[in-house]
Amino acid sequence: MEKLFPKLQIINENGEWNDETYRSEITEELTKELYKKMLRSRLFDRKGVNLQRQGRIGTYVPFEGQEASQIGSALAMGEGDWMFPTYRDHAATMTFGHSLKTLFLYWKGRQEGCIPPEGKNIFPPAVPIASQLLHATGTAWAEKLKGTDRASIVYFGDGATSEGDFHEGLNFASVFNAPVVFFNQNNGFAISVPIEKQMKSKTIAQKAVAYEMEGVRLDGNDVFAVYFHTRTAVERARKGEGPTLIESVTWRYGAHTTADDPSKYRDQNESATRREKTDPILRLERFMKNENIWDEKWAEELHESLTAEIEAAVKEMEETPAPHYNDVFDHVFAENPWPIESQKEAYAHSRGDR
Amino acid sequence: MTTAVDTKKLTMVQAVTDGMRVMMKEHENVIVLGEDVGQNGGVFRATDGLVSEFGEKRVIDTPLAESGIIGTSIGLAMNGFKPIAEMQFLGFIYPAFNQIMTHASRIRARTLGHFTVPMVIRAPFGAGVRAPEIHSDSVEALFTGMPGMKVVVPSNPYDAKGMLISAIEDPDPVLFLEPMRCYRSTKMDVPEGKYNVPLGKAARLQEGSDVSVFAYGAMIDVVTKAAKSAEEKGIKCDVIDLRTLYPLDKDMIAESVQKTGRAVIVHEAPGTGGLGETIMSLINDTSFLYMKAPVERVTGFDTPVPMFALEDHYLPSADRVVQAIEKVTQF
Repeated sequence: MEKLFPKLQIINENGEWNDETYRSEITEELTKELYKKMLRSRLFDRKGVNLQRQGRIGTYVPFEGQEASQIGSALAMGEGDWMFPTYRDHAATMTFGHSLKTLFLYWKGRQEGCIPPEGKNIFPPAVPIASQLLHATGTAWAEKLKGTDRASIVYFGDGATSEGDFHEGLNFASVFNAPVVFFNQNNGFAISVPIEKQMKSKTIAQKAVAYEMEGVRLDGNDVFAVYFHTRTAVERARKGEGPTLIESVTWRYGAHTTADDPSKYRDQNESATRREKTDPILRLERFMKNENIWDEKWAEELHESLTAEIEAAVKEMEETPAPHYNDVFDHVFAENPWPIESQKEAYAHSRGDR
Repeated sequence: MTTAVDTKKLTMVQAVTDGMRVMMKEHENVIVLGEDVGQNGGVFRATDGLVSEFGEKRVIDTPLAESGIIGTSIGLAMNGFKPIAEMQFLGFIYPAFNQIMTHASRIRARTLGHFTVPMVIRAPFGAGVRAPEIHSDSVEALFTGMPGMKVVVPSNPYDAKGMLISAIEDPDPVLFLEPMRCYRSTKMDVPEGKYNVPLGKAARLQEGSDVSVFAYGAMIDVVTKAAKSAEEKGIKCDVIDLRTLYPLDKDMIAESVQKTGRAVIVHEAPGTGGLGETIMSLINDTSFLYMKAPVERVTGFDTPVPMFALEDHYLPSADRVVQAIEKVTQF
């Protein structure tokens, strides 16, 4: 099965060409844009971990190492498409339209962190595992019924493929030919459980065979491979040629969350040494050097301006006024039923507010 | 001046079909999906004829997967459709519980109203029709205890159609429970066009001054018989069909018990954690000083609904209800 689903790659670990199909499209401009987006998300991610350590936000879910998978795939989506992230996919959602402030607000425990900007169909992070595959299938199916060419993309990890909703999602999408891209980030571990204990199959992409849909396995640390192959899947969906299951093979360097200690279940030295080979940002840097489009000064300035942008977002997040407690009560139903209304009044009274 | 309204004699299940038909005619975005709802017309024939009238794009036979039905309905509802998802039996809803609990009921709250899932989940439920195991569960309390869900139970054909129309028009997810025992037990004049029976409002079925009797769904038939027996013993019951379980009609419950000073609550769902407890606390909150006797409950037991050779023992009977009525009046 591994032979049937080879790990597609465009640029290898040394930043050299492996597949020149898209050479004419891989311009200096695109390369720099991808580098910028990846660095932006990494600096954001490290800031997130730091803020949690300082007690300035709650538990945070880092994604360092998965930038290429998330950014390459998100960039393949168009205006009006739908995105269904998990709690680890802030690089994807910031690429698709979330502001950094909104993302920080989410981890600050603010409902506002679930709300996308006007006109962007970004669903709040799915916290249960694999349930969001069905939402993506439903929205995509709705677009098909409406006769548009909009598609949905949904993110999930390797552990999610053991859940019933993974299979129900693929099956419904297949039966109804829904324009949805199932984007799996296989980062090797579901919290502490390694993939070998999660499934006997050698690849996740092969699971597409059971649903008569396209299955693609790619090097999830090669941002070009992710971008171009996802784009192909999205185009296929738009043309009515059905859903695709993409397995993007990647690695998370850090913990599952800031509440997790990965040294309990794996050798973190191994994770650190993997960087040399797999770090998607380092790979792009090597490629840019090979192509003579690396500019040290540009990189330094970029680093500076992105740091400033992130610091500004942290400031905005911290200066956002505290939410009013009525937000607890006022959005459960379109109109408050009496039990919630009377609880709201009683609570206000207990605070001496009325 | 009165306006003549054309009516048809319908059973409850026919009234349910008619409610869907009326709304599908009026709104293109109303779709029906579930297992066997298309060509087969549903195992109870609740969707009979809809596929030939509206086509397979709007009356959709889905794969056999409850979580899949609810999960995709959430996506459809978020994106402009009004799905009416059929669970073949309420006892089969458990694989979909996660979707309802973690997504459908709370997405409005999670996004401060940015995303909503206006959908209806229809589910036949309840014992007394000699169904196989698991088919007879009354687990409405799982959903009345779920913030963000409305839960309604009609007990007759007129209410079934009018409440289903209200549920379809509701901007929030509604669990629409259909008591199987009532599906074909009576026929009733039902208006042909569109009309609403509002959610959140109970109905007084019988006026009485001695004891308030609260019930819903298939238990309405049981309490009506019990009230008749009580009347022969000189006890006049105020019989209330709750109709909506979340939110309850607080005003009518309070008004009734403040008049009678006594209450009997009847449901076939298990007693512990059941609606009866919520109604008792409501009576406590609103009417404590009016009460002349402790509130009595007649409920199903805290046991699984047994296989049908035993189900008559499980179900509240008119005799048990009469005993409860006598107990509160003789207190």
